[in-house]
Amino acid sequence: MEYTFQFGPLLNYLQQFVSGLWLTLGLSFVGIFGGIALGIVCATVSTSSFVLPRLAVRIYVETMRNTPLLVQIFVIFFGLPNIGIRLSPLTSVFIALVLNNGGYVAEIVRGGIQATHRSQVEAAESLGLTYFQTLRFVILPPALEKVFTPVVSQCVLLMLSTSLVSAIGVEDLTGAAMIASSETFRTMEVYLIIAVVYVLLNFIFRAVLNMAGLMIFTRSRRRLLGRV
Amino acid sequence: MRTFGSPEFLFIVYALRWTLTLTVIAFIGGGIMGIVLALLRIARSRVLRAVTTFYMQVIQGLPLLVLLFLCYYAPSLVGLEIAALTAAAVALTINSSAFLGAIWESALRAIPKAQWESADALALTPYKTLRFVIAPQAIRLALPSTVGFLVQIIKQTSLASIIGFIEITRAGQLVSNATFEPLKAFLSVAALYFAVCFPLTQLSLWLERRTARGGART
Repeated sequence: MEYTFQFGPLLNYLQQFVSGLWLTLGLSFVGIFGGIALGIVCATVSTSSFVLPRLAVRIYVETMRNTPLLVQIFVIFFGLPNIGIRLSPLTSVFIALVLNNGGYVAEIVRGGIQATHRSQVEAAESLGLTYFQTLRFVILPPALEKVFTPVVSQCVLLMLSTSLVSAIGVEDLTGAAMIASSETFRTMEVYLIIAVVYVLLNFIFRAVLNMAGLMIFTRSRRRLLGRV
Repeated sequence: MRTFGSPEFLFIVYALRWTLTLTVIAFIGGGIMGIVLALLRIARSRVLRAVTTFYMQVIQGLPLLVLLFLCYYAPSLVGLEIAALTAAAVALTINSSAFLGAIWESALRAIPKAQWESADALALTPYKTLRFVIAPQAIRLALPSTVGFLVQIIKQTSLASIIGFIEITRAGQLVSNATFEPLKAFLSVAALYFAVCFPLTQLSLWLERRTARGGART
């Protein structure tokens, strides 16, 4: 009944772990930035005056937010071939992650846009700004700055949920761990190692994204540094 | 070969009770642990606060899937085999405790300090202060996010399918394997999740709007 931890046999799998880590980073990167871009577009549409696109975005956002990512991956990877769309596991998970994150980000950003006062939009209109100029210079910058913290939290959660891609055999960090554990039977060692890696990634992602926020949003930078 | 008909759909619907069982266990277990964590986070002792922070940060930084594997395989270290339901319940409880703890901590912190001080001036014991002064206000504040997180728990129970526990996602996989109609199977699963989660999401939104209005009045 004694269990001796042996990390030695896992050294042979270092290569797989490293390439799994890169894939996790790649998936997170695409999921985060693709999701943010999609989310901003959807949030803009859902606060516009076009009824049909608004309804479509609403349905999309609610579907993403009210179904599990795992089921979304299954529908895309296992389900779509039924109607003739055959995607590789990797393509499927890229699509699923971007769509999923896009839904969450859209809802967060929409809150930020709606918090912007109407008078600002009216002022922009009276200055003769076009719709896109108003969006680009008046509505989006303060809205995005306001919701930056919740968006970062959402993106870190997305990074953690990239581990679900291992369920359809994609060899990300968790996928590599599954293979290593089934071949060496050092299950606990394997999962303890990747648990530590994920916790570290969590801190790194949070720090990097917050730093990026300080670089993008001049106003919060000024507030932090005491009005430089 | 079987085709996807109403018996197959009903098979998935029946599995809903396991999804809900798991959700209830995780919500109650995570809720009890979450209350303790939230109280520890506002405790006077610095050591207690630091230990709690460490626990919450680690759990929040750990993918639920990895936590699930750890809970599933850890008992085998001492030669025990546990059921998939037990492992999933334990993992979801631990995961929920950290997130619910964080939600409730911020609600407790949102109560103005003057409330604690006035209760102290009235010679209320710390327990009575919490019970009659702080908690009633904090619960109102925390309710929208708590319902929001309940939706997260429901969706997270889908991960239990990976260790073979038959809730609706796993039931969907079984039906898909038997009928070779994965699209219908998984869309049914998605529709069931949606049917359970969507009303709760709307409830959370409604509560949030109501809390915001109440806050503006005072």
